[in-house]
This record gives sequence, C-alpha cells and structure tokens, in this order.
Amino acid sequence: MAETKFETHEHDVLVIGAGGAGLRAAIEASSMGLSVGLVCKSLLGKAHTVMAEGGVAAALGNVEPRDNWKVHFRDTMKGGRYLNQWRMAQLHAMEAPDRVNELEEWGALFDRTADGRILQRNFGGHKYPRLAHVGDRTGLEMIRTLQQHGIHTGMSVYMECTVTRLLTGSGGDRVTGAFGYWRETGKFVVFHARSVVLATGGIGRAFKINSNSWECTGDGQALAYLAGAELMDMEFMQFHPTGMVWPPSVRGTLITEGVRGEGGTLRNKDQKRIMFGYIPELYANETAKTEEEADQWLRESTSGVTSKAKRTPDLLPRDIVARAIHSEVKAGRGSPHGGVFLDIATRRTAADIKKKLPAMYHQFKELGDVDITTDPMEVGPTAHYTMGGIRVNPETQETRVKGLFAAGECAAGMHGANRLGGNSLSDLLVFGRIAGLHAAKFAKDNAPIALDPAEIETAEKEAVAPFARETGPNPFAVHEDLMNQMQRYVGIMRNEKDLTDGLKADAGKASISGPRHYNAGWHQTIDLRNMMVVSEAMARAGLLRKESRGAHAREDFPDMDKEHWAKVNVILRKKADGEMEVLERELPAIPDEIKKVLEEE
Amino acid sequence: MSSATKAKLRVFRGNSEGGELKDYEVETYTGMVVLDAVHEIQAKEAPEMAVRWNCKAGRCGSCSAEVNGKPRLMCMTRMSHFPDNEPIVVTPMKAFPIIKDLVTDVSWNYKVAKKIAPLKPRPRDADGTWRMQQYDIDRIQEFRKCIECFMCQDVCHVIRDHDKKEAFAGPRFMIHLAGLDMHPLDTLDRRPLIKEEFGVGLCNITKCCTEVCPEHITITDNAIIPLKERVADDYFDPVRWLLRKVRGELPQKPPATVPVHKTPLPLASAPTSDKASSDTPAE
Repeated sequence: MAETKFETHEHDVLVIGAGGAGLRAAIEASSMGLSVGLVCKSLLGKAHTVMAEGGVAAALGNVEPRDNWKVHFRDTMKGGRYLNQWRMAQLHAMEAPDRVNELEEWGALFDRTADGRILQRNFGGHKYPRLAHVGDRTGLEMIRTLQQHGIHTGMSVYMECTVTRLLTGSGGDRVTGAFGYWRETGKFVVFHARSVVLATGGIGRAFKINSNSWECTGDGQALAYLAGAELMDMEFMQFHPTGMVWPPSVRGTLITEGVRGEGGTLRNKDQKRIMFGYIPELYANETAKTEEEADQWLRESTSGVTSKAKRTPDLLPRDIVARAIHSEVKAGRGSPHGGVFLDIATRRTAADIKKKLPAMYHQFKELGDVDITTDPMEVGPTAHYTMGGIRVNPETQETRVKGLFAAGECAAGMHGANRLGGNSLSDLLVFGRIAGLHAAKFAKDNAPIALDPAEIETAEKEAVAPFARETGPNPFAVHEDLMNQMQRYVGIMRNEKDLTDGLKADAGKASISGPRHYNAGWHQTIDLRNMMVVSEAMARAGLLRKESRGAHAREDFPDMDKEHWAKVNVILRKKADGEMEVLERELPAIPDEIKKVLEEE
Repeated sequence: MSSATKAKLRVFRGNSEGGELKDYEVETYTGMVVLDAVHEIQAKEAPEMAVRWNCKAGRCGSCSAEVNGKPRLMCMTRMSHFPDNEPIVVTPMKAFPIIKDLVTDVSWNYKVAKKIAPLKPRPRDADGTWRMQQYDIDRIQEFRKCIECFMCQDVCHVIRDHDKKEAFAGPRFMIHLAGLDMHPLDTLDRRPLIKEEFGVGLCNITKCCTEVCPEHITITDNAIIPLKERVADDYFDPVRWLLRKVRGELPQKPPATVPVHKTPLPLASAPTSDKASSDTPAE
C-alpha cells in the first residue's frame, strides 16, 4: 500500500471519465481480470455520451449491402479532409461493426429493419445509410448498456470524484496514478495505478454557445498536457450546424442531424433551400444539384432501393453546413432570431416525426414553444466537438507519457479536420476498447512505481489555492468571460488579429470562499484551469494553420492549401520553462494498399 | 413572463444536519427554466451552492428536485409555468438523504442496480445476427427511455413514506426488470428474484411514478402490473401451476441470482463516515 496522508486506492488500471470511451475501456481491462478503477465527475450514466442522438456509424450493410469498411474509411478520411491518422480511421471502420454487435449482446436494443436486423439511417458525409440508432436517443441506449454490463465486470466506480493532476512520480516520464477530490466532501484522494486511461471528453464549455454539459471542460487534454503528453489538431473545433437559437435559455442545445437524415431541409427566410448554393468542389460529384434529385435519393435510399440519384446537400459534412448557415445569416437571409429554418413538418407525417424524433419533438414543445410537426425549427451553429486532443499511438492509444492512454473525444487523430456525425459513438467504442486492452497489457507487463509525496503535496496546494486568494472575481464570472472570448476570437470564422487578441485576453484568476463540502464554485475554479490550457492550445494552433480546412476556417486564408498544410498536423506541448510550444509534424505516410482503397470509388 | 421582470425563489440551503429556505430574487428572461434561475443565484450570490446538473436538455436526469413540492427536472421546468408574484420553492428530493443544498445521496439506487443480473442472451442465429422484430422490442424500448432521474423513486409511497428501501427496488428498477424479463434474447428466469429480492408485491399501484416520469413511461401499467401478474401466475395460482406442470410448461430458464462481485458493494462513493468536511479549505 502506498503511503500518503490521503485516502489512497490501488488499481492495475485507472480509467478517468465514464462516458462511452471510459466505460468501454474499463470493461475491457476489467474483463481481463485486472483491478480497474473508474473515476467520473458526475454520477455514473450521466456523462455527455448520454446526449448523443442520431446514431453510431458502422458499416453493417443491413440497409445498403454495398456498404463495407472501405467505404466507411473513405468517407471518414474525406470528411476529415485527409488530415486524419489513416491507421486510426482504418481500425475504426474495420472494428465498428463488431463493437455495435457486441452492444446487442449486452442488452442494447437498436431500432430494427423489416427483417429483424439493426436498422441504419443516413447521416452527413456517409455514403450509405450507416447509423445504427434508437430513435434520437442512441447515446442513452449506449451508455446505459455499457453501464449495466460494466458494473458486473468487477470494476470499482468512483462517482462524483474529480481528478486535478496526473501523477508521474519522481522520474516524470511514466504515469503512477492521479490526484483528485471527492466532490461531496471536498476531501482529497490519491489513485495509485500501473496504467491510466484518459477518457474525459471534450471542451465545449469553453464556448458561449455550445451543446455540451458542464463536464466538458477539457480535463483530459489539460491533465495530459501538464503531465508531458502532446496535443494535436487543436485548431479543429466542430461547430454543429443545428443548435437551438431561441429562446435564450436553450441557445446552443443540440438538434440531431437525424432530423436531416429523416428528410429535414434547411431553408432561409425566403423559404429557399439553402444548401444547393454551398456544394463544395470536393463533394460536387456525389451531391444532388436539384431538389427533385435530392428528394428522390432520400426516398429510395431509405426504402432499401439502390438509388441512382445523388445525395441531398442537406447532408453534407457538418463544417460545410455550419458555414453555410453562418453565411446565410450574415447575408441577412436568416430567421428572426439569427439562425435559419430547419423544416421537418412539411417533409414527414406528424406520427413519423413523433416516432423517429421523439426527443426533438419534446425539446421544442417544452423549451421552445414550437410544435415541430407543424412548424419549422430555428437553428444555428453550436460548439459541439473537438477533433483535436491528446496525441496517441494509433495502434495502442498510448500517449508520449509511458502507461498513459487516451480514448474518445479527448484523444486526437481519428477525425482529422472534421468529424462525420455518428463517428464519435463508434470512435469511443473502438478506441475505448483498444485503450483498455493496451492499458491492461501495460499493467500486466510493468510493476507499479512508487508515488512521490512531494508531487502530491504540490497538487494539494494547487487545488486549494483559490481559497487563499483574498480578492478575485467569482469563478462563474471568469467562466462567462472565457466563453465570450473564445466565441468571439476562436469561433466559427477566424483571422490573425482575432486569434492574436484572443491569446492576449485574460479572464482573470477566480477566488472562492466557504467550506469544501460540495462547493460548486471551487469545482469551477479547477475546471477553469483546464479550460484555459485547452483554450490557449486552440488559439495557438489556429493561429499557426494558415489555411481553411474542415472545421478551421480563416477569413485571411480562405482556401485549402495542398502544398504545405495538407501534409502536417499541428502539435502543442509544454516546454521546460512552462510555456506552450507549437510545432508542425508531418502526417504519417499512407501505404500503397491503403492509398488504393482511398482512390476506389 | 416578459423579460426584465424579477422572480422570487425560495431555495433550500443546508446539509444532512439541517437547513432553511433562503429567499432569492433573479431577473428572468424568455424561456428561462428553474435550473437557469438556480445558476443565476450561483453566479451572482452563492457560488458555493450545490446543485447537480449535466445536459440541461432533459436527457441525463441529473437535476431532479422538488419545485413547489412536486418532483421535477429543473432544466425542463419553465419559470413561466408559475404565477408571477409567488415565490417558487425549490427543495431537494425528499426520499433521499441530503448531502448539501439541492444535492441528495442517491447511492442506494446504484446498489440496487448492481443486484440485478445483466442480460444473458441466447446464442446468435446462424448468420451471426439476432433477428428481433420491431414490434417485439417496442415495449422494452419504452422502458429504456429511462434517464435515471430517480423522481419515480422519490415519489413512490413505499420508498418516500415507508422508507422500505431494503424490501422494494422501486419503480425505476421495476421497469429495468420488466425490460429484462420481456427481452427477446434473455435466458434467465427472473421471477423468483422479482418477487423476493426486489419486492414487486409491495407496489400498491397508486401510479404516482407514472405521473411524475419526465419520459412519460407508463411505469405502472406497462411494467409493474405485468410483473405482478407474471409472479402471481407462478406463485399463487395452483390450477395454472398444475396445468403447466402436466403440460411440461414449467419454467425451463435457469433462475437469475444476485450477482456476486469481487469488489465490495456499494459502488465506491465518498466516505460518509467522517463528514468533517465542514472543514476549512486547507486541511
């Protein structure tokens, strides 16, 4: 037993984060007979995965038999504008069907085809109907399934527990555990482990208009960065095209892409379908040019007919649709509250809408005073997902710090410059499992190393520092400032001046009072440190990449650059003096047989 | 409620040892929900106030509380739902021990969940899939909409008024058990445990759980009553039992048992024995 003055838990593998990726990693390691600790900031089953709506992408080929991993791989690479780590995109496309089928074994009940198999729906950037789903609550089905299976595999779950630092011992190059506190009591806790998996999700809470829960504060990215790991692709923040824009209370709340998958169309104030005016060269060959063709494709592809028509532009990848909405609003053709209209009412029957999109129906009825079976929704872009994150080895998900792994949204590489809808739920299953597997192997092969008491003491001092500050703004005010700054300077359209100003902006250091017992303000100060680290990384990476690609759009460099920026990822890491270093690294070469797969059509 | 008006709230502030309702005033805006108001109070007046929330879209079931005495998700409760001039009273769920302010200790639910054996599916079909028709799973998908807000548990008389947490699993887990019992792939006979361990007989069908469910799951009619019938058929109807025996129809499934875990129950949570956390910041 390690000697610390705090409550200490020993595990072979420690998993931080209990969304889909964390649960899947913990299940894998636990099933191998190892002692696994699973730490989460909220109650189990409340992680942001629960919000995922439209579906999980896997080339099962149940609706379109021509689908296979190669098509899925091609779609993913193209959607990511070829900045993806090819090996991750390949593993993902190959393994996703097994991971989905496995969920069925653990109790998940996806919607069915007429012949009793898992039904799949159309989604943006996916050539064929590919998303296994349960109405518009797929994430809930997945997290509940993983949770109900996971708790019986022997893992220990530490709920409402926040990790503030990874521990790397006196050597500093291998993870030895983590330091954190119980949200309930405010007491500190130490985890001593042979290996650690980070699965902490995204950073949406750094933006004013976002679709994320309070937990998405970039914890894993910041923890890994501070412990010596590298971040990558941080300039790519996905703005989901369809967030609610009205009323103010729910601004940013997600509307599933499944609405468009079920036939919904985007229209401006003149009732004109907007997406036909925004079809980029890259997608011109596969996108319908007329409403008739788009509707024919929708009708046929959803009824099992092999359609000769091309796909509707309403289902172009998210970066393209989000910028199209941004442009329409800027040109004065938006809806009354600064979005555009999303119409499903004239496209499907009221019964269909209630059956296929029940959560959307209720969300709008109860929070937006809109009946979506009779009236259009008002929608606009909302910060949703970060493609960037912790740089990992594509085969093992290990970071640059030995014994430290990362999976799911907090890891980088799988999605490149833009993620396709549905690929995050499959990402967290595929790479959650791989991270859990290799963290378990690492734990089997490597004895634990001692905790360093000095390191723990430093972590403790850092955590209580906000109480010692006599003056300083309220942490919620600091957060509000940060969100406004990120929205303004590092938003959907960027330029050199804004990004530079953003880096100079300072949201200040918060102070806090009161006991540590379930103190929300104190918790916020710790999340703020993480958000600030990750926000800086996003601004620095955005400043360096002088082109527009995927989710990263520069007004001063509006074109995609084929010469230089097509070939490099932007990396961020902490220098010895504590400053953030930003550098370019060449993409790994794609083997010829994989190149061939990419070129097939 | 028009913008730039003010609303009065009375929020419970306190912990397991006691507390009081404190008055607050917040500026309202269009579409504001009770959770927004609580966040306003946190941001402007009381940053140390405790409240659970996650998605703020009615999907995660974290922000359950009692608003004017009725269990509600604070994120789905519009301020405009209430009269302008009367204070809105927000208190924690009554059936669970208070941790602080609006946060309660719901760990009992996680202990019950751990006692329910997971799905044990039959072998896959020859083509490697499991064929299931949509109409066969519709009724289970209704139960799987559950977001675990635990408001049904909060409002259930057996739990709220009689505190029989040891004898009755509560409506949330009745729908989980019903979902497993009706699952086309499950091979376990769960009836003995549903009767003995989880106490389905204790429900007296007042349907309070159904009324309060934010997902509109018909808990009583679609889950609890069918479970009661399943159990009653096998245990209390001798004619039926005899007929089944004669016809060789007695349950062939192996009985479900309470899972045994290597790690101790409950799921780990903050140590509750020593709540000396009315502590000073630096220990």
